[in-house]
Amino acid sequence: MLAFTIRRLLQAVLVMLVVALISFTLFRFVGDPVNQMVGVETTPEQREALRERLGLNDPVLVQFGRFITKAARFDFGTSYQFRQPVAELIGRRLPATLELSFVSAVLALLVGIPMGVYTGLHRDSWLSKLFLSISLIGISLPTFFIGILLIFVFAVTLQWLPSFGRGGVVQLGWWSTGLLTWSGIKALILPAITLGLFQMTLIMRLVRSEMLEVIRTDYIKFARARGLRERSINFRHALKNTLVPVITITGLQLGSIIAFAIITETVFQWPGMGLLFLQAVQNVDIPIMAAYLMLIAFLFVTINLIVDLLYFRVDPRLRVERAAH
Amino acid sequence: MRIKTTLATAALIASLMGTAASAETLRYAFQGTLNQLDPYSLNETFTLGTLGNVYEGLTRRAPDLTIEPALAERWEVLEPTRWRFYLRKGVKFHNGNDFTADDVVFSAERVRSEGSDLTTRIGADVKVEKVDDHTVDFVLTGPNPILHYEWDTWYIMDKEWTEENNATKVTSASDTTPNHASLHANGTGSYKLVSHEPGVRTTFEKNEDWWDKVAGNIEKVEFTPIGSDATRVAALLSGELDMVFPIPVQDIKRVEDSPQTKALTGPELRTIFLGFDQKRDELLYSSVKGKNPFQDVRVRKAFYQAIDMDAIRDKVMRGLSTPSALLISPFQYSRASEFTRHPYDPEASKALLAEAGYADGFSVGMDCPNDRYVNDEAICQAVASFLARVGIKVELNAQPKAQYFAKVLASGGYDTSFYLLGWTPGSFDSWNVLTNITGCRDDKGKGGPFNLGGYCNPKVDELSAQILVENDPTTRDELIAQAYTIVHEDVSHIPLHQQALAWGVAENVDVVQRADDQFHYRWVVKK
Repeated sequence: MLAFTIRRLLQAVLVMLVVALISFTLFRFVGDPVNQMVGVETTPEQREALRERLGLNDPVLVQFGRFITKAARFDFGTSYQFRQPVAELIGRRLPATLELSFVSAVLALLVGIPMGVYTGLHRDSWLSKLFLSISLIGISLPTFFIGILLIFVFAVTLQWLPSFGRGGVVQLGWWSTGLLTWSGIKALILPAITLGLFQMTLIMRLVRSEMLEVIRTDYIKFARARGLRERSINFRHALKNTLVPVITITGLQLGSIIAFAIITETVFQWPGMGLLFLQAVQNVDIPIMAAYLMLIAFLFVTINLIVDLLYFRVDPRLRVERAAH
Repeated sequence: MRIKTTLATAALIASLMGTAASAETLRYAFQGTLNQLDPYSLNETFTLGTLGNVYEGLTRRAPDLTIEPALAERWEVLEPTRWRFYLRKGVKFHNGNDFTADDVVFSAERVRSEGSDLTTRIGADVKVEKVDDHTVDFVLTGPNPILHYEWDTWYIMDKEWTEENNATKVTSASDTTPNHASLHANGTGSYKLVSHEPGVRTTFEKNEDWWDKVAGNIEKVEFTPIGSDATRVAALLSGELDMVFPIPVQDIKRVEDSPQTKALTGPELRTIFLGFDQKRDELLYSSVKGKNPFQDVRVRKAFYQAIDMDAIRDKVMRGLSTPSALLISPFQYSRASEFTRHPYDPEASKALLAEAGYADGFSVGMDCPNDRYVNDEAICQAVASFLARVGIKVELNAQPKAQYFAKVLASGGYDTSFYLLGWTPGSFDSWNVLTNITGCRDDKGKGGPFNLGGYCNPKVDELSAQILVENDPTTRDELIAQAYTIVHEDVSHIPLHQQALAWGVAENVDVVQRADDQFHYRWVVKK
């Protein structure tokens, strides 16, 4: 177990280093950061001096080495746009993204699982067909379009919900939460639906196909023969057995919800990390881009590591195989 | 007693109602973020315009952009090289400190220090002398009639406050520790900063102790950046915001049609133009080898006359542009109306090309930004199709501004043959254009840093040197007219148009739209 963990950790570090190197190489092609930092009338000499001060004239490898040594100490430098420490900026935006992602994931589960169960059990009802058509929309329409559509209907036409921002937030220590004010909750609804819709349809279709498999199995038939109530069969026996893959997928999808919140955050001007990242891309704010990519890589690596370790723990076959070597 | 109580209650209710009616909050959004509050760290319209509500300069500009006294009550030119500014007395900064000559001297040094992006506000050789607590002299090395033209955005900072907070150095992108002045503000202006969360939200409240009177009725201001065009417009249409800018041209009609909102449009100061590489002996991106066709004025004029600006205005800009004959807005040069564009004439254009030896045309690469100016890429595409009609094949390279500027500016070695650029002279004055855009330059950009194509006519340089020191306005305007005539005849560039400002405003809100795109809260009335 220990050897396995250590090996996985080393692999994780390697992945992080590779991500850092690839993103660093890409930054050579995003444009000239200095031009975004100064006004038009700044002379070429002043621009050159600034480039020198920022160390942008050093060879890529030197810049990369400097970045890695600092990043190891969680120092991601100063944002070119805001002239603030990047770690602090991201830290301040983190709660917004995590809250949005968490609520979307919960929403996707709470709506996706019942819909999946229903469509699995009643394959031919018109409601199932409606659910399936909705899920097609969720899978095929791009996120930004769904977001704009929701804004148009619920913010502009009906004027029920706000079209942008986070509403009122309450500060709990360093964590800012929008879940404790009415305006914060209202502001959360549209972005959470937009972000969660894809996951919801994914979960629904997954549960449906698993359900279809499970209700054909012998033990369900047997349970029916025993005369157990439908409800108990469907939810106690069938659903429970469909949940293992659902949990795995949800866990892995949590990483992508956080990572792909970029688009939703941009459409709704949600003040999270994704929005910060997109603004950074537009303004060639390399320190923010680098830190964000590292953070997301870290997130994925961690989730995968946990999932691997869990498998190791849950699945005895993995342990036996290793012991046999 | 009873009557007294009733009266008192009535008075109380009246006063409550009075405050309720006037305590208006203005909520607005802009497409970009307010990255910083340090007034010297970014020379950019939105940042300086927003800070202009908190900070003030010695001068300020009225709605029609004329210069007015602000922190200086008046000024006089004692000798051609000595200007005396009489400072307003009794003005206080938001933290209660008095505004004095020391603050002006301090601000003059800080704005010219390393890391400042506004070093052009005062020449490095200008000496700033304190005469007494409310009088400051500016001693120049040569006459400069436009010394104070840009001072409406040279904001005066409080010396004590800045020093106490270790913010004497200008916030620079290479700083490793955050600067106090980049997150806080302490000016003398009509509104005070209440809170600032970079990229998220910034709030202001009215400065009750301001020396002048606020014409509008806004007590509190809430600013949010909204980058997505669709969301920004939706937030206005849904009534969540009172004002948003800019409105994309394709949404102007929607904003106009909604009963709750209106669109305000007007010409902007920025001029959009095309430029040619005239410096290299062979173009970097062209089918013509061994010579540079753009060194021939006939080719440049042929390009000019091939482009139908009225069509671009009507189709690409949806009527929201003003075709321009000069590289400067008519707002900024009094005699601009004397100049007219070379007429659109494809036949003349073909004849000119044939005369220059390019009867069969040639191909040329064109650089164009796609996220910098209003419909920039669409303009370039239109230009390319107009040029195709006279036999010129344009290979368009449209890129995001970050990559575009990295390629075409001095830092990229002026790597372009034919480009589109926009320019607003920060000084509101032609000298800025004549040096930056049409001044002769060397390979590093010395002389005319933003003259990307390297147009050079020594006569223009000579005139611009005279313009710089000429104090008489009429003579000066005449010299400028002469320079512009040469530039126009030489077809140094192809001026295209001034794009339009487009603000979206709620029906119950009145704002003042200045042509420089600055938004000032003190003129806003919310009904």
